Amino acid sequence: MEKKYWQSFGELNNSEAFQKSSKDEFKEDLPFDPKKGLLEAKTPRRDFLKYLGFTTAAAAVAASCEVPVKKAIPFANRPEDIIPGVANYYATTYVQDGDTISVVAKVRDGRPIKIEGNELSPLTKGGTSARVQASVLDLYDGARLRFPATYSGGKAKEQTFAAIDKEITEALASAGNIVFLSSTINSPSSLEVINQFLAKYPASKHITYDADSYAGLILANEATYGKKAIPSYKFDNAKVIVSIGADFLATWLSPVEFARQYSKGKKINDANPEMSKHFHFESVASLTGSNADDRFLHRPSETGAIVASLYSVLQGNGVTNIKDAKLKAGIEKAAKALADKKGEALVVCGSNDVNIQIVVNAINELLLSNGKTIDWSSTSNVRKGVDADFATLVDDMNAGSVGALIVLDANPFYSWYDNAKLKSGLDKVKVKISLSSKADETTQQCSYTVPNHHYLESWGDAEASTGHYSFIQPTIYPLFKTRQWQDSLLKWSAATNDYLAFLKTYWTTKLIGSSWDKALQDGIFVKDSAVATTTSFNASAVNGAIANIQPPKSGIELRLYQKIAIGSGQGAANPWLQELPDPVTRATWDNYLVVSPAMAKTLLNIDLTNSGQSDSYEVNPPKKVVSIKANGKTIELPALIIPGTHPETVGIAVGYGRDKKVGKTVVDVDGKSVGVNVFPLASVVNGTVNFDISNVELKVTDKKYPVALTQTHNLLTTPQGKRTEVVKELTLGEYQKNTKVILEEREAELGAWGGVKNFREEGSIYKPYDKPGIKWGMSIDLNSCNGCGSCIVACHAENNVPVVGKPEVLRFHDMHWLRIDRYYTGDKDNPNVIFQPMLCQHCDNAPCENVCPVAATNHSSEGLNQMTYNRCIGTRYCANNCPYKVRRFNWADYTGSDSFPNNQDELNNTVHYMNEDLTRMVLNPDVTVRSRGVIEKCSFCVQRLQDGKLKAKKASRPLVDEDVNVACAQSCPSNAIVFGNVNNPESSISKARKDSNRLFYSLEFLHVMPNVSYLAKVRNTEESANV
Amino acid sequence: MTNYKSLTKTFLFSALIALSISFSNNAVAQDGKALFNSNCAACHKLDKDMTGPALQGTLERWNNDRQKLHAWIKNPMAFLKTGDKYANDLFIKWNKIPMSPFDGALKDAEIDAILDYIAKGVQPAATGGDGKTAAAGQKAESDNTLLYGILTVVLAIVALILINVNKNLKRITEEQPEGYKGVAFWKNKTNITVAILALFIVGGYLTTKGAIGLGRNQNYQPTQPIYYSHKVHAGVNQINCLYCHGGAEEGKHANIPSVNVCMNCHKAIHEYTGPALTDADGKEVNGTEEIQKLFKYAGFNPQDANSWSADKAKPIQWVQIHSLPDHVYFNHSQHVAVGKVQCQTCHGEIEKMDEVKQFSDLSMGWCVNCHRETKVQFKDNGFYSIYEKYHNELKSGKIDSTKGITVEKIGGTECQKCHY
Repeated sequence: MEKKYWQSFGELNNSEAFQKSSKDEFKEDLPFDPKKGLLEAKTPRRDFLKYLGFTTAAAAVAASCEVPVKKAIPFANRPEDIIPGVANYYATTYVQDGDTISVVAKVRDGRPIKIEGNELSPLTKGGTSARVQASVLDLYDGARLRFPATYSGGKAKEQTFAAIDKEITEALASAGNIVFLSSTINSPSSLEVINQFLAKYPASKHITYDADSYAGLILANEATYGKKAIPSYKFDNAKVIVSIGADFLATWLSPVEFARQYSKGKKINDANPEMSKHFHFESVASLTGSNADDRFLHRPSETGAIVASLYSVLQGNGVTNIKDAKLKAGIEKAAKALADKKGEALVVCGSNDVNIQIVVNAINELLLSNGKTIDWSSTSNVRKGVDADFATLVDDMNAGSVGALIVLDANPFYSWYDNAKLKSGLDKVKVKISLSSKADETTQQCSYTVPNHHYLESWGDAEASTGHYSFIQPTIYPLFKTRQWQDSLLKWSAATNDYLAFLKTYWTTKLIGSSWDKALQDGIFVKDSAVATTTSFNASAVNGAIANIQPPKSGIELRLYQKIAIGSGQGAANPWLQELPDPVTRATWDNYLVVSPAMAKTLLNIDLTNSGQSDSYEVNPPKKVVSIKANGKTIELPALIIPGTHPETVGIAVGYGRDKKVGKTVVDVDGKSVGVNVFPLASVVNGTVNFDISNVELKVTDKKYPVALTQTHNLLTTPQGKRTEVVKELTLGEYQKNTKVILEEREAELGAWGGVKNFREEGSIYKPYDKPGIKWGMSIDLNSCNGCGSCIVACHAENNVPVVGKPEVLRFHDMHWLRIDRYYTGDKDNPNVIFQPMLCQHCDNAPCENVCPVAATNHSSEGLNQMTYNRCIGTRYCANNCPYKVRRFNWADYTGSDSFPNNQDELNNTVHYMNEDLTRMVLNPDVTVRSRGVIEKCSFCVQRLQDGKLKAKKASRPLVDEDVNVACAQSCPSNAIVFGNVNNPESSISKARKDSNRLFYSLEFLHVMPNVSYLAKVRNTEESANV
Repeated sequence: MTNYKSLTKTFLFSALIALSISFSNNAVAQDGKALFNSNCAACHKLDKDMTGPALQGTLERWNNDRQKLHAWIKNPMAFLKTGDKYANDLFIKWNKIPMSPFDGALKDAEIDAILDYIAKGVQPAATGGDGKTAAAGQKAESDNTLLYGILTVVLAIVALILINVNKNLKRITEEQPEGYKGVAFWKNKTNITVAILALFIVGGYLTTKGAIGLGRNQNYQPTQPIYYSHKVHAGVNQINCLYCHGGAEEGKHANIPSVNVCMNCHKAIHEYTGPALTDADGKEVNGTEEIQKLFKYAGFNPQDANSWSADKAKPIQWVQIHSLPDHVYFNHSQHVAVGKVQCQTCHGEIEKMDEVKQFSDLSMGWCVNCHRETKVQFKDNGFYSIYEKYHNELKSGKIDSTKGITVEKIGGTECQKCHY
C-alpha cells in the first residue's frame, strides 16, 4: 500500500470538505447565488455598471489632476562613502536578552532595511532566524519610548537628559541598596561599565534574570564541572543526538548555531550516504521533535525517569520507572545507538531541573562527549540567569531592603510566575528606573524611563561564547530621544567618557592582530583556542541527583513552551513574527491549548477518524474553548489538535497576553490582548522555575474562539492524489542500498513520456524555448530544511510582502510568497513530519501564463515566471491554474499604496500599523509596493538578480555564484537552499543538481517544467519510508 | 464695409504706436539694468549690502548731485582726495576697500542710465524657490490636447445646432410648399452618419491621444531655485557630466550634486563673465547674482573664502524634472557604465540648454524602442561571453552583424527587466 501523507485530518480521512477545498483555489463563495442569477445578488449587474461608471469617471478625474511639483533635494555635503540609491552594508550584531547573532545590516539612503547573517562568524556562518530577520522592523516600531520621562500616577512627563540625570543621580545617592536587573548581558565592555557603576555605588549589585531560565543547566554544571556556565555544544561532531525536550533547532540556547551544526550531519550525498541519527523525547510537538528520525512521546513528569533510565541502561542496567512500552523501547534503542557511537554522541535536555541536568551530564561523561561534542574551552554566554538570585531579590524587595532598582530589558513583571509578590515588592522600592526601550509591563511599574537605543542605533560588542567577539555599530542616527543604556550608566557613575570612547579604549589593548577599524568592519573578532578541551567531571553529585529525581505523576499535565517566532514575548510586538505561521501548528496571531488527537476524542469529543467531525473541526476557524486550571489559576484558551503530542499532556505557548502599550500587534480585533499570558502558571521547584505543571484540570466551555490557522490554505493535490508526487522521502537504509531509488521512482512516473532524460522534449508537442545566457534555478534540500521559518520573514522584508492581520488570515487571505508546507505520515498520534518550502516554481511551461487574459504574467528568457503588477487586472485565473497554489491576491489595500481609503476599510490595526510613515521606512525601495486588486508571488528576488548581473557587467566578467543570492537562501541557517545560474556548469546549483540522485521536482509529471528542484528527505530509521 | 476697413486701420495703427512706446521704454530700462548687471552687480545689489553697499537710494544720499557721483564712480580714490565727507565716511565704513575705477569704461550717459535704473529701485525677484506656478503652467500646456479635443467636439455640436436653427428659420421664412426639392443636404441620413462617424473618430483619436499623454511631461521646464545653466557649465566650460552626476556611473540615480561639489569650483569663481543669459521667458538673467544665491545656500562669504567649510551648507531644493512612475525600475549605471549610452541620448543636447527641460517623453514605448534598436557591448563586455550561442551565430553569419546583438535579443524588453 502506498504510504499516506497528510497535511490535515480532512486529508487523512479524505473527507468531503477536503475534496471540496482542494478543488477550489479561493475559499469564498461567489458574491451571488448561481441558481438565483446575477440580478438577485448582493451587488447585481446594475450596481456593477454604476460602480464601473463611477470608477471610470473617478479615474479620469484623478488622472487629469495636475502632476504635483516634486522636489529633488540633494545632500548639502555628501559623505564620501554614500551614494544615494546605492546600498551600504555594515557589520553589526543582533542582541536580545542574551541571544547574539552576528549580522550585516543593509542600509539604503540612511535607513537599515534588511538584516543578513554575517558569513565571517564562525558560529552562525551567515545563518539567521526569523526573529533576527524581523528585528529591523522593531527599529521602526511606533510603540518605542521616544524620550526620557518621569512617571507619576501613570502619566509620563517628558524630561531632558540633563534634568533626568540630575534627578536620578540625586535619587541614587540616597537610595541605599541599588540593584541593576537585566536579562543576560554578554558584552564584555558593558559588563565593565556595570562594574564601574557598581564600584561607584558600593551597596549595589547586578542580578541577571532570564524569562526562559537555564538555571537548572547552569547549576548542574557548577555541581559536576565546577563551572557556573554553559558549555558550547557541537552538534556537528555528533553522530547520534538524543534530545529530551530540548528544542535546540527553534528555541533552546543558540538555535541558529545549532541548526547550522545539525544540518552538517544531515548533508548527505550519493558518494557518502552517511548521516547523523536523532532521537527525540518530547511531550508537546516541537520543531526539533518534528525533525527527529525517531520521536517518542512522554509525560513532562517522566523527563527525570527517562534521563535516569538512559543512564542506567548505558551502565548496563534496565529501564526504571517507565510504564509505556513504546517509550521504554525508545529509551533502550537510543541508549544502544549512543553506546555504539561513544565520543560521537550528544545528549541534551530541555529541563530546568538541576538534578535531571546533573544526570544528563553524567550520561555525556559516559559517552565521552566531554571534549568532543561538548566543548568547555569556550563557554556559551547566551544565558546566565539563575532563578534563585531573582527570587532572593523579590524577597529583599518585600523586606524593604532594596532602595533602587534599575531594569534593563528584563521584564519580570510579565514573565515571573508570582506577579503579586513581585508587585508588593516593587511597591516598596523607592527609586525604579527603566532603561528598556518600550513601555513593557515592568517599565510601567517604574518612575523613571531612560529609553535605550535599538541595537541598530547602538555601539557595542558581544561575546556569544568565550573568545567569539562580535561588534555592534550604529547604522542609523537615533530616531528618537533615546540614549544607549551604557551611556546612562556611565553618566550616573560620574564617568567623563561616553560609551563609544570607553568601548574604543577597552578594545585597543585587547585586539591582537587586528585593528579597531578592521574589527568593526568585519564585525567579528575571534580569540579562540580552537581545540576542544575537557574539564574534569565530578561524579559525586550524580547518585544524589538520581535519588532526588521526582517519580512520574499521573493525570493530565501541562507544558509551557516557547514558539520559534514569539519566544518568551520578545516577538509579540512584531507583525511579521505574529503572522509567521508556527511551523508546528501552522497557526498565526494567537496562543492556544495544544492537545493530542487522543485527547481530542475524550476532551473535545472530536473523533478525527470520523470525517464529519474532523471536517467540522478543520473547516470552521472557531475552535472550542477549554478552561484550564493549573497551579490554582484558571485560564481559557481555544484548543488545537496537534499530532505528536502526548495523549495526556497539553501545551501552551508563552509570550502572549502582552500589555497593550507594547505595540499595536498585541491587541486583538476586539481590543483585548492577543492570547493569554501563561507565565503565572509556572512555579519554582527546587530553586528553579519549572514550566511543567501536573494535575491540570481541563473543562470544555460552550464558547468558541477563531484561530487563524493556515494549515488548510493553499492545498495542492494531484489528480492521482499521491503526495509522493509532491514530496519525496526515503530511509537511509534504502538510500545506502541503492542511491538511485528516487531516480528510479521518477523514471517510472515519467516512463510514458520519454523518461527523465527526454521528458522535456517528449512530454509536449511544443518545442522548448531557448535560454541562452543565464537560466536561474533553485534547489532545496529537504534533508537540511528544518522548517524554522527564517526564510519566510526574510522574504517579507526583502520583497515588501504585506501583513494582512488575523481577520484576513482567517479568510485565507494570507500573503506569504513562501510557505513551509507540513506533511504528516504514519502514526496519527506520533507521525513523521516533512517540511517542504513551497514557493513559485518558475515553471518553464507555466500554466498560469497561458490563462492570463492580459499577459500580465509571462516568461523571461532567464527562466523567470514574471509578474507585472501594473498590467494585472485581477482576474485571478492564474492563481486558479497554479498547481502549487503559490500565487497571492491583494484583496485589499494592505500597503496603503493606492489613493482610495475605502480599500482599507476592513483591515485591522496591524495593517494600519504597517502603513504608518515610520513603519514604511522599512520598505525596500527597489521593489514595487503592490496595491489592491493584483496578484503577486515569488519573483526569485529579481531585484537582486538584476543587481548581481549589473555587478558582473560593470566588472566585465561572467556572472559568478557570489553575485547573486535570494533572500530566503541567504537567511537559511542550514544552507538548505541553493540558488544560481543553471547554465553555468561550475555553479553550485548545477553541482547540487548533478551530484545527487535524490533530486526530484514537485509534480514533475505535469510537465510544467519547474525551475525549483528538491532533494528528497532521508530519514535515518530502519522502517521503509514507502510502506 | 468700408467702415470696417478704416476701423481696423485705426486699431492697427494705435496698437503699433503703443507697442513701439512700450518697446522704447523697455530699451532704456533694459539698458540701465544691463549696464548695472555687467558692471556693478558683481559687488553691488540694489537692496542688500554685498561686497559693496546696497545701491538703492544712492541719488538721495548724494543729494541728487550727479556730477559728484560721476566723479566718484569714475575714479573713487581721486575723489576721496577732494575731502568729500560722505565719500570718506563710506570708505572707512567699508574697511577702506575702494571700488575699482570706471574711468573710460563707462560714459556719462551710461552712468546716468545706471543711476536711473538704480533710482527705479528693486523689482520683485524674477525667480525664486517656487517652481510651482511655472510648473503648473507647463503642465496645463501638455495636457491641452484632451481639452482641445473636447472643446472641438462641443463647439462642433454647438455649430451644428446653430446651423440647424438658422436653416429652420430660413426655411420658415422662405417656405415654398410647392417648390420642395427633396431632402436637404444636412438632413440626408448618409451625410449625418458620415459626419457622426468622422466626429467620433476624430474625437476618439484626440481623447485617446490625450489619455495616453496623461502624466507625461515632455518639455517640462520648471523654474529652478537657482538659474543654473548647463550650457555654461557643460557646453561652454566643457565640464564632464559625470563630474557632478557621478552617481550615473555608480548606481540607480544620477544624483544632483551636493552643494560642496558646486563649491569645489565656485569657491574661486565668484562672478559670471560669459555671454548674457536669458531665461525661458526671454528675460535677462544675471549670472553673478545666481552665483550669489549659491553662496547663500552654501553659507559662503566671498570675502572670507578660507574660513568656509562644507558643513555650513544647506541643501538646495531643486525641482525634479525627470520622474518615472513607482513601478518602474531604472538604473543609470546600467546604461552609462555598462551600455555606454551617451547622456544626450535620453536627455537631449543638455550642453546647449540653459535651463533643463525634459527632452524625451519617458514613455514605455520610447524605452522599448531604444531597447529594440540599441546594440549591447557584446564583444567588449566580458559578461556577455556566456552567450556562446550568439557568439557562434555572429561568427557564422546567422545573425546579421550589422544589426548585432540588441538589448531585446538578450531579453531587454521583458517585463521584469524594469518592473518588479
